[in-house]
Amino acid sequence: MYRIAKTDIPSLLAAIAAKGDLYLPVNTAGKTNFDAWSEDANVDLDTLKTVRSGKDIFFPQSENLYSCNRTDGKLSVTAAELEDKDFVVFGMKACDVRGLAVLDQVFLSDPVDSYYAARREHGTIVSLACSKPDTSCFCHAFGIDCANPEGDVATWFAGEYLYWLPKTEKGEALTAAVSSLLESTDEKAVEEAKASIRAIQEKLPLKDLSLDGWGAEAAKTKFDSPLWEQLYKPCLACGTCTFVCPTCQCYDIKDYNTGSGVQRLRCWDSCMYSDFTMMAHGNNRTSQMQRFRQRFMHKLAYFPANNGGMFSCVGCGRCVDKCPTHLNIVKVIKAFEKEGK
Amino acid sequence: MMHECTCNPGYMRDTLIPQVGIITDIREETPDVKTFRVNAPGGGKLFEHMPGQCAMVCLPGVSEAMFSITSSPTNKEYQEFSIKRCGQLTDQLHTLQVGDEILVRGPYGNHFPVETALKGQNLLFIAGGIGLAPLRSVINYVLDNRENYGTVDILYGSRSADDLVQRKEIEEVWSKAPGVNVHLTIDREQEGWDGHVGFVPSYLKELNFDTNKVALLCGPPIMIKFCLQGLKELGFSNEQVYTTLELRMKCGVGKCGRCNIGTKYVCKDGPVFRFDEIDELPNEY
Amino acid sequence: MQELIHRAKSLLESGEVVRVLGWRKGENDWDVEPAFFATTEDLEANFIYNGFCGANLSKYMIEASKLDGKTLVFLKPCDSYSFNQLIKEHRINREKAYIIGVGCKGKLKIENIDAEGILSVDGAGYPDCSETLTVHTLYGDKEIAYKDAMLERCHVCKGKEHKIYDELLGDSIDTCDADRFAEIAKIEAMSPEEKFAFFQAELSKCIRCNACRNVCPACSCRKCVFDSTKFDSAQKANTTSFEEKMFHIIRAFHVAGRCTDCGECSRVCPQGIPLHLFNRKFIKDINSLYGEYQAGADIDAAAPLTSFRADDAEPGVGRG
Repeated sequence: MYRIAKTDIPSLLAAIAAKGDLYLPVNTAGKTNFDAWSEDANVDLDTLKTVRSGKDIFFPQSENLYSCNRTDGKLSVTAAELEDKDFVVFGMKACDVRGLAVLDQVFLSDPVDSYYAARREHGTIVSLACSKPDTSCFCHAFGIDCANPEGDVATWFAGEYLYWLPKTEKGEALTAAVSSLLESTDEKAVEEAKASIRAIQEKLPLKDLSLDGWGAEAAKTKFDSPLWEQLYKPCLACGTCTFVCPTCQCYDIKDYNTGSGVQRLRCWDSCMYSDFTMMAHGNNRTSQMQRFRQRFMHKLAYFPANNGGMFSCVGCGRCVDKCPTHLNIVKVIKAFEKEGK
Repeated sequence: MMHECTCNPGYMRDTLIPQVGIITDIREETPDVKTFRVNAPGGGKLFEHMPGQCAMVCLPGVSEAMFSITSSPTNKEYQEFSIKRCGQLTDQLHTLQVGDEILVRGPYGNHFPVETALKGQNLLFIAGGIGLAPLRSVINYVLDNRENYGTVDILYGSRSADDLVQRKEIEEVWSKAPGVNVHLTIDREQEGWDGHVGFVPSYLKELNFDTNKVALLCGPPIMIKFCLQGLKELGFSNEQVYTTLELRMKCGVGKCGRCNIGTKYVCKDGPVFRFDEIDELPNEY
Repeated sequence: MQELIHRAKSLLESGEVVRVLGWRKGENDWDVEPAFFATTEDLEANFIYNGFCGANLSKYMIEASKLDGKTLVFLKPCDSYSFNQLIKEHRINREKAYIIGVGCKGKLKIENIDAEGILSVDGAGYPDCSETLTVHTLYGDKEIAYKDAMLERCHVCKGKEHKIYDELLGDSIDTCDADRFAEIAKIEAMSPEEKFAFFQAELSKCIRCNACRNVCPACSCRKCVFDSTKFDSAQKANTTSFEEKMFHIIRAFHVAGRCTDCGECSRVCPQGIPLHLFNRKFIKDINSLYGEYQAGADIDAAAPLTSFRADDAEPGVGRG
């Protein structure tokens, strides 16, 4: 265990950034999102939840897959270069770190998505424990402990210090690189910080949220429930829930005509959108009820069925905070629980 | 500062990156269906596939979509796609000429179990319209390995005689092959047509096939529905019937999130399903 | 609130309406949902009207107009402007609605309560909302002035009058305490570089979730140009983070002269982008070029951008 005085954090960040790109929560125009560090960036390590999760560092909202050009009448395809430089993500919360484990199931399973894999390979994650969990948090329902986040390095704020614990080889390497700024210390302050976070966890209104009845079996038992028809009604069919979600990974592939060629882009898509499954001769999810059902069934039934029981939700509560009509996964879970279905 | 990249070299060529293919032949099958023959730029095939598998065909700047490979893997020279004009991409594909280039990636998905469950069986192919495209790959595979399979019945129907695809091959090759019975039908009476008239499902019942067969079914959803019903009336069980499904796809590898029916991705777990497997899935296809 | 439930129940029981469009209780005081109620039991158990019922229900009437029978809809004074505008655009059927103009004393935005771990909020009830909210949080209690937690639109309240209704229930307060165009004047006074920097910082946050468009009562096209698969306009991928400015500028043009300034776009934006500023700039310019006009105030008034007068200003002509 190491520590660094809070007042020295800017030097720590500068030292990390001197070795490669550094992404961390930055406040721009009043909202905090993960962004690249710069000397004049308004770094914000106090905001509990960035609007977007950190997923877009590994799975950007839009990225170039390849370019296609025509020279002398011949088509040629040039694959986009893969990430080949090490970078650090600082300040990811426990839920968002687990969110990456969910994305790994998708993108690192055969056939491996090389774009994502390269970023995962080169990224070092410095997580940050949640000193003040919020009422919309329910990460514990998925076995996540916000007092003890996963990551290559885990950090905690306690008193006037940031405590720093390397957890993996990558974490050790980063620690070695900034060791001149860190001092060794014992676990005591961190143990106290964890105890105080856990005392808050006990008071969270969603602490008893139960996933009983969900998982692989729900794929059969819940699809035809009449509840979906009631639950979806206020849904605006916007993509807010999917875009702020750390585990939503659906994407579209689009062409962008550059004038001299075509860039094939991959970008985030949303199962909430009406064109998501539309093709020339038909559409298998024509109603918003079907699209709404797909999102929750995917997270709570289909995904666990295909991934050894792992849910595609980490309980970050962003959808709870951000849905314009206040629909969210918690309401869905509770509605089914109430009906006993 | 240069870093030594430690990435797996296998990552370097992603499945999302296509190959350039050359169109070496175009056959006008019907007023709205063309069959495109595709070769690698240096000749030969772009990849090896199995009957029932699909590939993503892309026109840069237009879009990309999944099509079944209609040629048989036993064809060692080229691959073929029979494509019906019904949308933005297919409209553009129909304007292509021999010598034009397209982008192709694949093959994707599973395939008809030609080397396992279908081996040694009597086969009944039932197709409607462009639904013949995926089955043609199996039919030619079976005919090229004739000794491995029992009797073959091909029931194929379309709106009109002009809408029957691969008519030349049906008449000149399939009809003449040993142990093969071809049953053609069109929806409405037409001058110059002396064959059967009527929808595929009703002709299926008229033909009153024995149940000692495995059926492979592909066509418009409504035809599939009524054919399945017809097969059940004839005594076929769900375990004896295979079909191939089609939903919107972007990636082809079960990651983009749109072609699932419940827990199954049509691009990866399909497109070929046995009907007892489909019965297990939610009704959303 | 009980009088609203009571009235809704009797209209439902009498058969005058077959469903009620209102707000449904959430898990907390603030996560109320727009909702349809079909039974008196559902109304009794789940209907709510409090300070967090900011959602404008007018747009839901587009779908409700297609259903059999009348829908009882609760409209706040400012919502009634949107409802009128949708009638004017033939998007909703007046005959299919029974409108209760419900009293409003300003609506709240939970994000405007600057407190962590909010458990409950006292003082947001209707009709007896208080001057001060008492916020109970995981980290202690806190008091905040009701006004400080109000939606931006309530600070520029259009007044306590309902512009269309069948009956009124409850009192309203005009909560206006700011100049509607002050923010616009501030931006107008900026240098081009400052303006660019301002909008770049704001719009670069956009994640293109389409919440602003989908909630907007003026965005009622059956098929939005940005959903078209036939043009590049549906592009979900951007070359730069600032590219979404085009989406917002085009949308502002499309709703110009029809936007009632209901403020739903800014209320729902997950990134807190003050999207209403675009629309309000158009309103300010329309007012100065064609005379004062408030969309939705009067169904029969000629709309400035869709009616022609010989002496119309033509700001696009003669400036190159």
